[in-house]
Order: sequence, then structure tokens, then C-alpha cells
Amino acid sequence: MSTGQEQRTIRCLVAKVGLDGHDRGAHVIARAFRDAGFEVIYSGLHRAPEEIVQAAVQEDVDVLGISILSGAHNTLVPKVIEGLKEYGAFEDTLVLVGGIIPDEDRSDLKEAGVAEVFGPGTSMQETIDFVRENVRR
Amino acid sequence: MSEARVDDLVSGILDGQHRALARAITTIENRESGYRDLVSALHAHTGDAEVIGVTGSPGAGKSTLVDKLAKRYRDCGLTVGVIAVDPSSPYTGGAVLGDRIRMASNVGDMDVFFRSMSARGQLGGLSTATADAITALDAFGKDRIVVETVGAGQNEVDVVRTADTVVVLVQPGSGDDVQMLKAGILEIGDVFVVNKADMDGASTTVADLREMLHMRDGSTTAATGHHGLGAVADEEGGGTADAGWDPEVVETVATEGTGVEALIDVLDDHYAYLRETGELDRRERTRYAEEIRQLLRTDAADLLEDEIERHGGMDALVDEVQARDADPYTVTDRILTPLADCVERRRE
Repeated sequence: MSTGQEQRTIRCLVAKVGLDGHDRGAHVIARAFRDAGFEVIYSGLHRAPEEIVQAAVQEDVDVLGISILSGAHNTLVPKVIEGLKEYGAFEDTLVLVGGIIPDEDRSDLKEAGVAEVFGPGTSMQETIDFVRENVRR
Repeated sequence: MSEARVDDLVSGILDGQHRALARAITTIENRESGYRDLVSALHAHTGDAEVIGVTGSPGAGKSTLVDKLAKRYRDCGLTVGVIAVDPSSPYTGGAVLGDRIRMASNVGDMDVFFRSMSARGQLGGLSTATADAITALDAFGKDRIVVETVGAGQNEVDVVRTADTVVVLVQPGSGDDVQMLKAGILEIGDVFVVNKADMDGASTTVADLREMLHMRDGSTTAATGHHGLGAVADEEGGGTADAGWDPEVVETVATEGTGVEALIDVLDDHYAYLRETGELDRRERTRYAEEIRQLLRTDAADLLEDEIERHGGMDALVDEVQARDADPYTVTDRILTPLADCVERRRE
């Protein structure tokens, strides 16, 4: 029997965590993702890690892009990843970090489970290609 | 998707695992293989949730109101599911789903399950996907399910029709809203909310609405044969408006939560009315009939697509017709006759 056509769309959550009021970058990436044909959910500003986890789990996103310019990434990002693991959502969520991340912190973040860190100067296409190639299902 | 995977999702949902529910809705949205088995398995566990549809023009305050509604329900100890439908780009298929930002009152409360869905551009398919997502939330055990959508077109109207009670949101002082209401949204509302009721012009909007609703009632309950017939035809068309219920107009200020309690009282009243009059059953029957027809149409269309391919594809068929070797009727007969024969044989 025919099951109708399958329509798979990449779903992303673009998230701002913690006390960081700068979301121009997040807006730009949200629009670029949308124009690439992704479905983008934007978290809004000043979200707590558990809010991000709640959103990522309920929306069942393929990609979680966390934008941080405040310098608190070493505290906040692992908390989000822990939360995802708690709900069994970490394995198939591609976690990306964008914003101002010092080079020496990158390896720690990756060790914690971040797939890639995108700093200033990254082209939109580079990020989009990375998502397309690395989405985990 | 394998059978075992479907079973996992079903037992996960019945167990109350949020992850399973989220994954099930994705499966439904993507029309992944096995989604039908999934929905079939869940169907038996549904029927306990009250479904509320909320529609209104962009910026009317739907998401904020839904947030406050969910909060009130939670305060009463009820669990809530929310499906927020946003439009998607007809060009790229992409979408920014922004309703979640407004869900500030229910942060960290996993018993409010909020899910954004995009229209994904297919006519009719959206209402099927939404209805299936409601099935998943219902089977999960949510007491109240709110479906939120921009009331712009047929697609959205179909979506709110999957609800037991339809709430239409209007903001004060915009002639556009009244225009929108004239265009048909007026007929589908059971409850009308004038949000931002602290704004200038709110009382005018309330008065205008009451008058229009009065006219609507006048046309459906009038004893004149002509109008009476019209009303009957409306109902057969699956319209949710009903003469036995006087649509209420409620004023709210969603940002402050003012009027939300009154709205919940009205929603409860409406649900009680539906149950007492048997209208709930009737609406459900209409809904299922519509759903079965929709599925039949989709499946029949898929079957025909396969047959067209088997006959060499649409291009080849068009070539024949264009070269005057055949005509559209002959081609259609050629494809359909074997199918009809098959059906005939199976029937005996």
C-alpha cells in the first residue's frame, strides 16, 4: 500500500542562553537557515539552559545552535548538553555553538559534545553545508 | 520505520515519555514510513482530551493568550499540549517558527508540551498532520490540547476545525479584522476574544462583533425557509457554527492575564454545551468522515500516480494526446479501466 510521500525537513533550534542581550547574529543565522529550507525555532533572549533543553526535546530538533557572546559558554553549554542526555535527546541532536568563543575553549566544548564551533567570519554557506552533512538521522 | 520502532514509540507515549511523544510527532509531520501504523495504534487510546482551536490575524496576541491559558490550566492541575502552526515559505519550504518565544509562563514545565509545526505548503495535508499530532497528544494523556494558527486561509480554517471549541481572536481598532471576519472566520468561531482590551477602541470592536454575531444568529435561527435551508447546508459542509450556542465575546489583556479566567469559564461552558446536546458526538462524526474522505482522496491520488508511471509517465501520455493519437478521455479510460475491473472482481 502506498504510504504517501515522505517529507523530511531539517528542524533547528536557534538558542540564546544566559545573560546575553545580543541576538543580531542569532537572527541572521535563523534567516539563513530558513532560506536554506530549514524549519527554524528561535528561543528568544535570556533563556535558561533548562528552557533550551525543554524546547529542543519537545520540538525534536535535528540541530541545536547555541549563540553565546557573553563568555559564559563553559558553564552554560555543558548544562544544556547534560539536559539533552537526561531526556535521551543528545545522540541525535547536532549541537553547534556560535559567537565569541576563545580558541583555547573550543576543544573543551567539543569534548563536552559540541559538534562544531563557528566564530566570527564564518560564512552562512559553510554553516548550512555543515548542518546538511552532519545531521544525525 | 520498523514495526519494533513503532511499538517503542507507542509504549513510550503511553508511558509518558516526552521524547517518544516528540519523536512521534516528527514521524507524523515527515510522513515517515510507519506513521500510519503509529497513528492507528494510538487511536484506541484517545478521546479524553478537550481540543481548543485558537485563530486570529498575526499580532492579535494568540501565542501570548495561549501561554496564559496553559498557565491557568496548569494551576488547576491539568496537563496541556500546544500545537502552534506557522506558515512556511512557498519558495524554499523554510520557516521561522516564532510562537515559542511567547510561552514564557510555562518555562521548565514539561507538562506543557509545546510543539511548533510549519504548514509545509501542502493543501489539505496540514489538517491531516495536525489531527494526527492531536491524536498523539491525546494518547499521551494531555487533558487540554490547544491548536494555534494564523487565520488566513482555507488551510488554517481546516486546522481549527479539528478542535471541539474554536476561539477567534480579534484586536481592537483594526478594520482589517472585521474584514477578515466577514470573509468567513465569523462562522467558525464558538468564542470570540477581543484581546488588548485596554487599547483605545476596544469597546467599539466588542460592540461591532456583538452586532455581527447577532446578525449571524439572525440568519441561522430565522424561521424563514430560505435562510433555514442555508443554515442546514452550512452544517453539512462541516461548519462548526451552531444555532444552539450563542457565541460569546470575551475581553482579555493577554500580556497581563486579565480575562483569562473568564475565557476559561466560557470554554468550559461551551464544552458542557457540546456534551449535553450531543453536539460533541456529531462534530466528532463530521470530523472523522472528513478525515476518512481526505485520506481516501490522498491514497487514491497516490495509487493513480503509480498507474500513470506504469503507463509510461505523464509526459508520454501528453505526447500521445498532443499528436492526436489519443484524446484525454481515452487515456483516462485506459488507466482507470483495469483498476475498476480489479475493484469489480474483488467485490464479488
